[in-house]
Amino acid sequence: MMRFLNKVRTDIRSNRFLNIITIMTIALSILLVSVFILFFENASRILSAWNHGGRAMVYLSDSFTPAMLPNVKEQLISMGSIEKMVFIPKTQALERLKKEMGSKIQFLSTLQENPLPDAIEITMTAHSSFEQIQKAAARIEALDIVDTVEYGQGWLGRFLKLFNLFKMTGYAMSGLFLMIALFITANTVRLAFYARQTEVEIMRLVGATDGFIKTPFYVEGLLQGFIGGVLGMIILLAGYLTLSSGISRNLDAYVYLDIHFLSWQAVAIILFSSTFLGWFGCFISLKQILK
Amino acid sequence: MRANSGKANIIRLFNVTKRYGGKLALNDITLDIEPGEFIFISGPSGAGKSTLLKVLYLAERVSEGQILIDGMNLARISSAKLPFLRRRFGMVFQDFKLIPNRTVFENVALVLRVAGEKPSYIKKKVMHVLRVTGMEKKANHLPQPLSGGEQQRVAVARAVVGEPSIILADEPTGSLDRESAQRVLDLLLGYHQNGATILMASHNIEQMNRFSKGRNIILEDGTLKGISTILC
Ligand SMILES: Nc1ncnc2c1ncn2[C@@H]1O[C@H](COP(=O)(O)OP(=O)(O)O)[C@@H](O)[C@H]1O
Ligand SMILES: [Mg+2]
Repeated sequence: MMRFLNKVRTDIRSNRFLNIITIMTIALSILLVSVFILFFENASRILSAWNHGGRAMVYLSDSFTPAMLPNVKEQLISMGSIEKMVFIPKTQALERLKKEMGSKIQFLSTLQENPLPDAIEITMTAHSSFEQIQKAAARIEALDIVDTVEYGQGWLGRFLKLFNLFKMTGYAMSGLFLMIALFITANTVRLAFYARQTEVEIMRLVGATDGFIKTPFYVEGLLQGFIGGVLGMIILLAGYLTLSSGISRNLDAYVYLDIHFLSWQAVAIILFSSTFLGWFGCFISLKQILK
Repeated sequence: MRANSGKANIIRLFNVTKRYGGKLALNDITLDIEPGEFIFISGPSGAGKSTLLKVLYLAERVSEGQILIDGMNLARISSAKLPFLRRRFGMVFQDFKLIPNRTVFENVALVLRVAGEKPSYIKKKVMHVLRVTGMEKKANHLPQPLSGGEQQRVAVARAVVGEPSIILADEPTGSLDRESAQRVLDLLLGYHQNGATILMASHNIEQMNRFSKGRNIILEDGTLKGISTILC
């Protein structure tokens, strides 16, 4: 086993330049992909937090009377995807407002009529995705008895459009980079194979099976993929630590930002993928060369 | 007198013809070889000696005819089974075919690694063969800086390390001075006495006389010109 690893090591050394290029390419593409994953993981968590985890206020129209409540609730339930409903009569809403504002705003107590509408606070089951909330809200809003549904759709919606655009670009670029990494990996294996063609030919003549000949290439591919992945993760972590400390120092006071590094599961999946990338590049190449 | 005359033939060639493009390298060769025989293949350069050895371990496929090795028809050997066929042969190539970036030890050990032998056995066996061939001290050297004679001996060591039942040696003394040539011949003779079937190609007819028994196959332009039994 030791000798085998030694052999792989000398093989890698003899092709060092190519291997470094391959590892760097894998590291870069893995870095790019994981930057996107890191960004999206955080952005969607923050968006969801800003959206109070799938809560929305359904403001009822003026024609609503408390007697209609069971009927309205039934209609809402029939729309599906609603987990919880809390009726907030306008009197209660006013009380709440007064309490929140305290003595600062005197005019509230001088009001003769309650300007606030009756409302139902709903919590949606599918609050993981902002798009789902958007759709459900539109359906609820279409009801006659409902005036508006509020879930922070204004700027959040616009932000979401941008976010989605960014996400698509991210996917496309990640895909492109992974393809490039795969291509370069496969090419390195091909060059390494041709560089060792005499050796391979001699191995064949003394009775080596294809499996025996391929194994060192696969080990090399797996190692390159893994090392590339680890390298990418290290660069990502370093960048994350530098940036996140800067961001929280400057912005924490103004907005709620809950930034995390990738979960260990995500890191494991990324490392597995990069190792797989190294293996797959090898597979494609050897399949082509050895028919 | 022929040795082992009672045994089944280990190598049989039926009307074997080999063409490279249009060029005829072997022309209608029919030949039976018994286990334990020493076959000396002689003939001028370009006669087809190397080609005859190559078709036996399937480095080249015949154009016409059939070859049986131990009852196996080579035409029916799949590429998956080919490595296992080759492990029955020990080959000394005319151009040695040593791997330049691996040590003498590793070059010889390759045969056993390929066959999946245990590292402890490999170490013992390879060192033994290197001792016998007088290359023990060069075990950790790369083959390239070695002299032709030394490389030749490494090639022989690799051919015999797997204890093959058939040894194919293509001009194994071709680049050697008399003394080194004698040494290699003695080595092969030793394996022959231990029961190996040996086919040795050489354009040097003199060497034949060193063998107490065996057959000499004379090739010329790919044609079998004659078979003589060597008796001393
Ligand atoms: N790979 C090849 N392609 C074309 N012709 C070849 C090839 N190998 C050998 N030959 C030709 O076949 C004939 C026999 O060659 P070879 O078996 O090497 O002869 P020998 O070993 O007796 O010198 C020669 O004429 C040689 O030029
Ligand atoms: Mg020859």
